[in-house]
Amino acid sequence: MSTLCEVVAARFQPASSPDYVPREYLRELQSARLRSIVERTYERVQLFRSRMGRLGLHPRDLRGIEDLALLPFTTKADLRDTYPFGLFASPMDEVVRLHASSGTTGKPIVVAYTQADLAIWTNVMVRTFAAQGIHTGDIVQNAYGYGLFTGGLGAHCGAEALGATVIPISGGNTDRQIMVMKDFGVTVVCCTPSYFLHLLDRARELGVDVRSLPLRVGVFGAEPWTESMRTRIEEQGGIKAYDIYGLSEIIGPGVAGECVCQTGLHVFEDHFYPEIIDFETERPVKDGVEGELVLTTLTKSAMPMIRYRTRDITRILTEACPCGRTMRRIQKISRRSDDMFIVRGVNVFPSQIETALLDVEGTLPHYQIILTRAQGLDEIEVRVEVTPEVFSDKIGALEGLHSRLIEALDRVLGLRVRIRLVEPQSIQRSEGKAKRVIDRRFEDQ
Amino acid sequence: MKIGQISVFLENKPGHTIEPVRLLARAGIDIRTFSVADTSEFGILRMIVSDPKSATDLLQKAGYVVNLTEVLAVEVPDRPGGLAGVLEVFENTEINIEYLYAFPVRRGDKAVLIFRFDNPDAAVARLQRAGINVVETLEVYQH
Repeated sequence: MSTLCEVVAARFQPASSPDYVPREYLRELQSARLRSIVERTYERVQLFRSRMGRLGLHPRDLRGIEDLALLPFTTKADLRDTYPFGLFASPMDEVVRLHASSGTTGKPIVVAYTQADLAIWTNVMVRTFAAQGIHTGDIVQNAYGYGLFTGGLGAHCGAEALGATVIPISGGNTDRQIMVMKDFGVTVVCCTPSYFLHLLDRARELGVDVRSLPLRVGVFGAEPWTESMRTRIEEQGGIKAYDIYGLSEIIGPGVAGECVCQTGLHVFEDHFYPEIIDFETERPVKDGVEGELVLTTLTKSAMPMIRYRTRDITRILTEACPCGRTMRRIQKISRRSDDMFIVRGVNVFPSQIETALLDVEGTLPHYQIILTRAQGLDEIEVRVEVTPEVFSDKIGALEGLHSRLIEALDRVLGLRVRIRLVEPQSIQRSEGKAKRVIDRRFEDQ
Repeated sequence: MKIGQISVFLENKPGHTIEPVRLLARAGIDIRTFSVADTSEFGILRMIVSDPKSATDLLQKAGYVVNLTEVLAVEVPDRPGGLAGVLEVFENTEINIEYLYAFPVRRGDKAVLIFRFDNPDAAVARLQRAGINVVETLEVYQH
């Protein structure tokens, strides 16, 4: 694998950080890395090899990044179908870490890291924090959840390697978060934007004015959020709020992040190559055109992902960023191309909710999912039309149904969901089909 | 012996009770008695009506979930201990009383209560053995 230094040294231009490497050198590096990762994946991952075979392709056919679109896609379903370790390209004695995230069928998807992969992850997180003006001397309260979720450890290792002081407080226990923030002189907080709003509300109740604290930066990710939410967070928290983007399948947080300019997220292109494709034709679109983000890991060993369909909708911003970084930017993500939504960091597909309803009732009733945000926390309400099959004149029978539905959804999603039994025909249908998800989280924010 | 009761699912929201009742009124169906069981979110409107079959069809066509169950109209002495005497018949038996409510007409010195049993046939047998009258038809209470 060519290192960045080799490529740069082969020319003459010194680079203090890979983030500023001239684009032509970057492209050369990407091409070399792509050839090498495709070769590795072809040799070690059976699914990829057979797909290449079906397309009549061999790694040696690949000239460079210009041929990327020839390669087959990888999807979340592939991870599910090969659960748990089917896409690993490293033997287990080289794998030093496993993480997992929620899948569509109750089974999680599992991702793996070698020692070198963890170093890459740390590197991109260091660059993320650095781009946001975070440095040695900062005290970082990391309120992302530690555990199978990549958020906690991803942010932790990056902030620590940067030389900041890390408080690994993890999620939850808001009163303690506020106490620590105040007493430890925290200057940077990492969490979901909705949790930070909740924290602000709670601080106000406790008589703590967050604006008067040393806190100056928030690093927010793991769920979509809007510009108006940013304005609210920045005003009420007296901080700069930066968006970060990542997904476990690619590495976790650190795939892309905003710099201090707050105009789009720089993708760490030396490790993760972004393409935008048209949903219909599945062909790459020109920079600037909106479509689905497809990512290829150029350097990851344990679990390389070739052309992974993220289902996130964005576009590549064409103008150069005033910060001088040459890493291309994607627009802040607010939508997905499938019907998945993210609640409290958990990926939820309506199909999971359907499975639970079907399990309990035997047939699928009309239902609707309403997402709301109260005190900064996302809530899911599922409205379920009562059918003659489940209706009873006994209140206990309906209450039993109500709690069985809650339990079934809890089992599938790992989230407490509010169930509301409603009258037949009360859920609006258009052309016979009910609108499945109503997202009210961003209204009035 | 057994009487048809219709039950309607309603959301617990202002104005939700009036619509089914209004439908029955327009069709000239008389509500002889009713009770509402409710939680904070939904309720069940249970009714004894003059024509349960037509009422069911009418409500179903209007989009309601309706179910027809069999209940018993039981004569209960209208004096202290009258209800206790009836309930004692089912003490230590396998027969459960799901719920009960009143019928607003007296017959002599007897009140009439609507009982919903999990096993109405077994309940009838018990009541008859105890000499308690189960009303055959509510038409005798025509007012």
